[in-house]
Amino acid sequence: MKDQLYQYILGIADNSLILGQRLGQLCGHGPSLEVDIACTNISLDLFGQVRSYYQYAAKLAGGDASEDSIAFLRKEREYRNVLLVEQPNTDFAYIITRGFLFDVYHELFLERLMHSKDETLAAIAAKSIKEVRYHRSFSSEWMKRMGAGTEESHRRVQDAVDSLWRYTKEFFQPTEAEKAMAEAGIGVDTSSFKATYDQHIAEVLQEATIVVPTSPYFQRGGKEGVHTEHLGYLLSDMQYMQRTYPNMNW
Amino acid sequence: MSKNWPLFEVFVRSKNGLEHRHCGSLHAADATMALQNARDVYTRRSEGVSIWVVESKNITASNPEHSEEFFEPAADKIYRHPTFYDLPDEVKHM
Repeated sequence: MKDQLYQYILGIADNSLILGQRLGQLCGHGPSLEVDIACTNISLDLFGQVRSYYQYAAKLAGGDASEDSIAFLRKEREYRNVLLVEQPNTDFAYIITRGFLFDVYHELFLERLMHSKDETLAAIAAKSIKEVRYHRSFSSEWMKRMGAGTEESHRRVQDAVDSLWRYTKEFFQPTEAEKAMAEAGIGVDTSSFKATYDQHIAEVLQEATIVVPTSPYFQRGGKEGVHTEHLGYLLSDMQYMQRTYPNMNW
Repeated sequence: MSKNWPLFEVFVRSKNGLEHRHCGSLHAADATMALQNARDVYTRRSEGVSIWVVESKNITASNPEHSEEFFEPAADKIYRHPTFYDLPDEVKHM
């Protein structure tokens, strides 16, 4: 039970960690100063949430575990994030689409996690939801503007939606830990809001004049630790400091 | 990209009861995005509780070349300043 709770927390936190790292890579590279700050700001929100989750996970794990060791010293296969969030910053349309597809999920998920029987998780969710509502609003507004913008922005967003769509079903395919936690009233049964998710996504895409893909092919594996080729590069970058100078502190 | 976006002026109220103050400008695609950008650029260290944005082209500004006739006549009229009153400590933000 305790191990499943630990795995469950990692599943939630790793999504935010990896997306936060992706957005952090934009620092100094955003398409404009305003957007650069917005994206890195979202990144910092996500890292803040991650710290609360990992501190809780470290307490459960006991021993030498710390938020840093959990964040920086696991191997690729031990990360539980969904495949969507590790996808690279191909172009701005990809960055926004990836965020949008995740933010809508994230908000609906936290709204339910707020009612968890686990007080710590409920408290983290209640604190994070305010930040995540803003993330969803930011990415949704951009989806509408790029989708209904110029011919080129429309094409790029449609491309991004078409190619990231295959990663959107993984949210709703529960792991053993997720099933156990949902049954215990601690976790969220994500299948309960799949229809709401699809509806929210469709509403924004419609306003953005973007066609909802109909491809029946979806990818999964991230939640079980089987990742796309992109995660390894991201981790080697992110873990460099702790691997080269173990136990370093600021 | 950003050179095609209009410029907006940003006004932030730091707390309830105070007035909005001009704190800078930024580029954005439209007013809604300007508000979001202003939130990220100017209030992320809890500088404010309210934001106004206005497109810079909608502001009519005084011309520096006219500063003599505009401003200098006020310089030697100290009787227009309410500086001869003692303010009670309870009156703040005057």
